[in-house]
Amino acid sequence: MKTYLFPAIRLTFVFLVLCSIIYTAIIWGVAKITPNNGEPAIINVQGKRMYSDVGQKFDADQYFWSRPSAVNYNAAAAGASNKGPYNTDYLKSIQANIDSFVIHHPDVAVKNIPIDMITASASGLDPDITVQAANIQVNRIAHVRNLQPGLLQSLIQQHIHHPFLGIFGPAYVNVLELNVALNDLSASYHAQ
Amino acid sequence: MQSYSELYGVIAMFIIAVLIAIPLGRYMGKVFLGEDTWLDVVLNPVDRFIYRLIGIDENVEMNWKQHIKVLLMINFIWFVLAMLVLTNMAHLPFNPDHNPSMPLDLAFNTAISFITNTNIQHYAGETAMSYLGQLVLMLFQFISAASGIAISIVVIKAMKEGINLPLGNFYFYFVRTCTRVLLPICIVLAIIFLYNGVPMTFQGKDTITTLQGDTVQVSKGPVAAFVAIKQLGTNGGGFFGPNSAHPLENPNYFTNMVETIAIYLLPIALIFTMGYMLNRKKLAWIVFGIMTLGFILLVVPTISMEVRGNTAIAKMGINNISGNMEGKEVRFGSMASAYWAIATTVTSNGSVNAMHDSFMPLSGMCAMLGMMINAFYGGVGVGFLNFYIFMILAVFISGLMVGRTPELLGKKIEAREMQIAMIVALLHPFLILTGTAIASYLYAHHPEQYAAWLSNPGYHGFSEMLYEFTSASANNGSEFAGLNANTAWWNIADGIVMLLARFIPIIGPVAIAASLSQKKYIPAGAGTLQIDTPTFGIMIIAVIIIIAALSFFPALTLGPVAEYFSF
Repeated sequence: MKTYLFPAIRLTFVFLVLCSIIYTAIIWGVAKITPNNGEPAIINVQGKRMYSDVGQKFDADQYFWSRPSAVNYNAAAAGASNKGPYNTDYLKSIQANIDSFVIHHPDVAVKNIPIDMITASASGLDPDITVQAANIQVNRIAHVRNLQPGLLQSLIQQHIHHPFLGIFGPAYVNVLELNVALNDLSASYHAQ
Repeated sequence: MQSYSELYGVIAMFIIAVLIAIPLGRYMGKVFLGEDTWLDVVLNPVDRFIYRLIGIDENVEMNWKQHIKVLLMINFIWFVLAMLVLTNMAHLPFNPDHNPSMPLDLAFNTAISFITNTNIQHYAGETAMSYLGQLVLMLFQFISAASGIAISIVVIKAMKEGINLPLGNFYFYFVRTCTRVLLPICIVLAIIFLYNGVPMTFQGKDTITTLQGDTVQVSKGPVAAFVAIKQLGTNGGGFFGPNSAHPLENPNYFTNMVETIAIYLLPIALIFTMGYMLNRKKLAWIVFGIMTLGFILLVVPTISMEVRGNTAIAKMGINNISGNMEGKEVRFGSMASAYWAIATTVTSNGSVNAMHDSFMPLSGMCAMLGMMINAFYGGVGVGFLNFYIFMILAVFISGLMVGRTPELLGKKIEAREMQIAMIVALLHPFLILTGTAIASYLYAHHPEQYAAWLSNPGYHGFSEMLYEFTSASANNGSEFAGLNANTAWWNIADGIVMLLARFIPIIGPVAIAASLSQKKYIPAGAGTLQIDTPTFGIMIIAVIIIIAALSFFPALTLGPVAEYFSF
């Protein structure tokens, strides 16, 4: 037994040092020289620090909305709804999401409501929406902010994250980036 | 067109992985044969130093029982260490968020889960783990993967031509896997993640004010180092609750591609390692072909169902242009999420970038089938062992069909080998089906006491329990997360299943291989069944379908199939 026990204990401690301490220290050291310094990507909005990759709740009429979230965008307890696709309670909640979307967007036909605007994301912190989901909200925001829809459409165009290398994956917009730009646009437009 | 770029992404993730896996597999073959490789200058002294610290001689040949004893003993020590750390995190350093220690039943489940390379998580990292606890779990992600690879190398060595073959030294394979395969690749992966916004910090939660004026706390931590080995070692234990769906664990489509490739990179490379070590390249390509065929047969229906979207929501008048987006992230899209789901279940990785519980019924079934078969690429090392069992069965059945003594690579398969192979082959359905049966019985007979288990009623609720035991027995770790599994019953039942399902399917193939390696080598003649041919490939596929699919078909009918026809 001893032939196996002592090497096993020593092996465990050697690798505890190698994998948990040395490897961690190497990656942590490299993190210090990366642009983000080991922190999540940060954007500063009028002196306030925000994380551009972590989705925020946007449900006010003057903003582009973010997606429904099962955890109400609680970034300290992320999570999903985990509802089955044919669960009757779940389908009722989707119908409720559709109804409330229609109330805020009377100009949008039900068939044009983007699926991402009525379903909850996997993390509950999805920072993005599809380009269609942004475009469909333009009239509402234009009305509330007293801006021309054309201005908002070009704002969306400027903020599209295109597929990786132009060919891999979906295109989307980051809702926080878009709303920060929207605030700037509003301010400069109304200042004139 | 958006959907084309999603398709190109998926195709690229497969092709790039294979292009890296072929030379990587050859490199690993050299590493395990002790041949010269380019990292020797640095790593030979490091390895020697490690052997000295452990106090072993890496040149001593071990027989198969010694290999198994070392494996079991180190796992026992790891279990003790894991229990000690997990139940005392609150009193230990590196706990800026003041998260609590784990209760015993959850610690039992988590400890077994991580040492068996399963990584089922009945907790969410951001609220239940200290950073110290996370770093210790990260250690297990390295060493459980390394022990799986080391043991598969023992089986490969035993498959050579000749008699009384040496099986090498377990510590030698184990140490080399860590220093020459896992650590160098993880360093590269982690640096890629760092430059894409994955955090690596020991600061605790940050409180911010959102643009709309809400106050939120944002969890972070030493994520980049953790995610690298979680993806590479077919581990899958996430840093945060939602695993790689969390934007700080997988921030963009590029990191998603890298993480997806890392899921099956080593399992594919190990096929070519076998080809190199046995000098049987054709056999490697046949095995790769069979596994890839199985993988594609699961990927295609899953992608097409997820891209088509939820038919029940379509009936409400919604145009499902982006697919089934419940439990999915916009930056990945439905196609890359469906692809990941199959990649992670066939390989026993178990990390997720979308919530499988909200997949369409038959896509959820494909994910379960991936784990039920558990040999299309499979977990690092152990996937090959599962495939080895299917090979033995296929050789035996083919032998009976043509009326010849069955032989595998020149060695006779006899009663003893077949007995072990059948025990291993039937263990997996036994654990899954009895576990699910007991859980269903309890739920059906004590509906009030266990009402909190399931968050979806009916067929889907049954699928949640079936999925949980399938994942535990496949040492996978993904979940239908609507199951509230952090209860004493699930923690203990899952723990026992994971233990049995880890070690019996390791001991069995090693015993068979060792027994065969002692036998007389019969050179191939005109009547020999050649195993490196497409014909034999079809035989293996037939055996896999008979054993795996038929054992599970009745249970799948009660869950996902019934759900599919219910709407």
